[in-house]
Amino acid sequence: MKKYLVISIAIILGVMTFLPFLWMISASFMSTGAANTYPPKLFPDKFDFSHYQNLLTRLNLARYLLNSLVISLGVTFFSLLLNSMAGYAFAKYRFARKKRLFKFLLSSMIIPGQVTMLPVFLILKNMGFINTYFAIIVPGMASIFGIFLIRQYALSIPDSLIEAAKMDGATELQIYFRVILPLCKPILVTLGLFTFMGTWNDFLWPLIVMTDSSMYTMPVALANLMSEHVQDTELMMAGSVITIVPVLIVFLALQKYYIKGIMMGSVKE
Amino acid sequence: MNKTKLSAVILFLGPSLIVIFTFFFLPVIVAFLMSFTDFDIYALGNLSNMRFVGLKNYFTLLNDPLFWTSIKNTFYFVIAGGPLSVATSLGAALLLNSKLIKYKSIFRLVYFLPVVTTLVAVSIVWRYIYHPRFGLLNYILSLFGIGQIDWLGDPTFSMPAIILLAVWKNFGYNMIIFIAGLQNIPEELYEAASIEGATAWQKFKSITVPMLAPTSLFIGVITMIGYFQLFAEPYVMTQGGPLNSTLSIVLYMYQEGFRWWNIGYSTAIAFLLFVIILIGTVIQFKLQKETE
Repeated sequence: MKKYLVISIAIILGVMTFLPFLWMISASFMSTGAANTYPPKLFPDKFDFSHYQNLLTRLNLARYLLNSLVISLGVTFFSLLLNSMAGYAFAKYRFARKKRLFKFLLSSMIIPGQVTMLPVFLILKNMGFINTYFAIIVPGMASIFGIFLIRQYALSIPDSLIEAAKMDGATELQIYFRVILPLCKPILVTLGLFTFMGTWNDFLWPLIVMTDSSMYTMPVALANLMSEHVQDTELMMAGSVITIVPVLIVFLALQKYYIKGIMMGSVKE
Repeated sequence: MNKTKLSAVILFLGPSLIVIFTFFFLPVIVAFLMSFTDFDIYALGNLSNMRFVGLKNYFTLLNDPLFWTSIKNTFYFVIAGGPLSVATSLGAALLLNSKLIKYKSIFRLVYFLPVVTTLVAVSIVWRYIYHPRFGLLNYILSLFGIGQIDWLGDPTFSMPAIILLAVWKNFGYNMIIFIAGLQNIPEELYEAASIEGATAWQKFKSITVPMLAPTSLFIGVITMIGYFQLFAEPYVMTQGGPLNSTLSIVLYMYQEGFRWWNIGYSTAIAFLLFVIILIGTVIQFKLQKETE
């Protein structure tokens, strides 16, 4: 009895969670106007791909996909490099005031990002970066959370490995590239995944720094598209599918790294 | 072991610290200073148009009805949505930790899917789900005899609608952290309680809840911080309406700063948000200590 109750609750929660996705996908294949019926249909009568074609050709979504891809990959690449160098240094290097500096960085994470937005906008404007990929990539090249994540992982690397490499005459950079980076691979995948998905999904910052429509990222383009096409339910659903699918594929391929990252981030010092 | 060479420290820490200083610490300081000026669209063109106005922005804010509306709405969202979201996460975690359920990894994946999707995209999807005539939600409610609700058009229902979307979108994240916390509770505690004839509810109250306390504090704090920063949902679904019923602090900050270029005023809003978050975090830590 109890067993069936628990299973039914789990299934109901699952259906409630999944229903919006199911409706989004099937509405995106309905012909124009077909999603606005009562009662709502959960499956299209016939598959209509015209909204996808429209979005990718006439409405320029391919360009926005490219923007999002370049920006997300750019942020991911540079932040992995910079954060892993700093995270490794905080884990293994010995220098004055290391602990204090690290604690200071961690405690500043309580400051919400919105506080910095106007000055960062002005700085980027002075650098001439507004409406370029740099406006998102450059401020995203390092993050305190990323440094923290790498450091926690790098602490577990035995000192003896680093010492041995030094004995062999390796320079600091060689140690980092040949010993540390390969050992940090799992955490690099995790952090890379967080960064890629976070950048892809971000809305407020690209909305602020990309004012020229040719530079929009997918979420900004989608929000903008809706102001003109709010009546075209099926078209908007197709746009949502195109926005979500790339991150979903990346997530499904690397799920376990993502889950591990959440748990690591929640481990208290 | 010896100290690391200074050149290596600079090489490895320098780049990221420069980025973090330039795009985080420096802007925090600049924002703080700007909140005491009348920095606006004219100063944007020529810095000499900027004047130091002391605490004027803060005083104006305290007398700005729209600011108080945004505070009220944001607190509504945090106080109603936060606990609802955490409770859903805990419920889902308990379900997935139960021995009665098979295919756990599939359930976990489904519950988690909304977390990784793009907030703007799902906000748009939910906008249509909330459609008063053709929306899925009103159709489902009508099966239970509940009449047509204008979710996003009625000031009474607009915030509940946004809360429902936020809970749906976020509960999977905290669920994962709760599952990890639940798995760290030693099985023997439950076995011992069973031998003494404790009911499921007693076990939950006197073993699960106290053992999860550190996890709950962490989740409480990150959920609260995240919920105070409400922005994309109202931006996409209601633009702060109807009748400003979903105008959040960050949305108001965005409008003042990036739509009207009242930059000094907008940074003052951002700092008050920071102070509110700080106070909220301190209160949660205090409450946690008292219950221990």
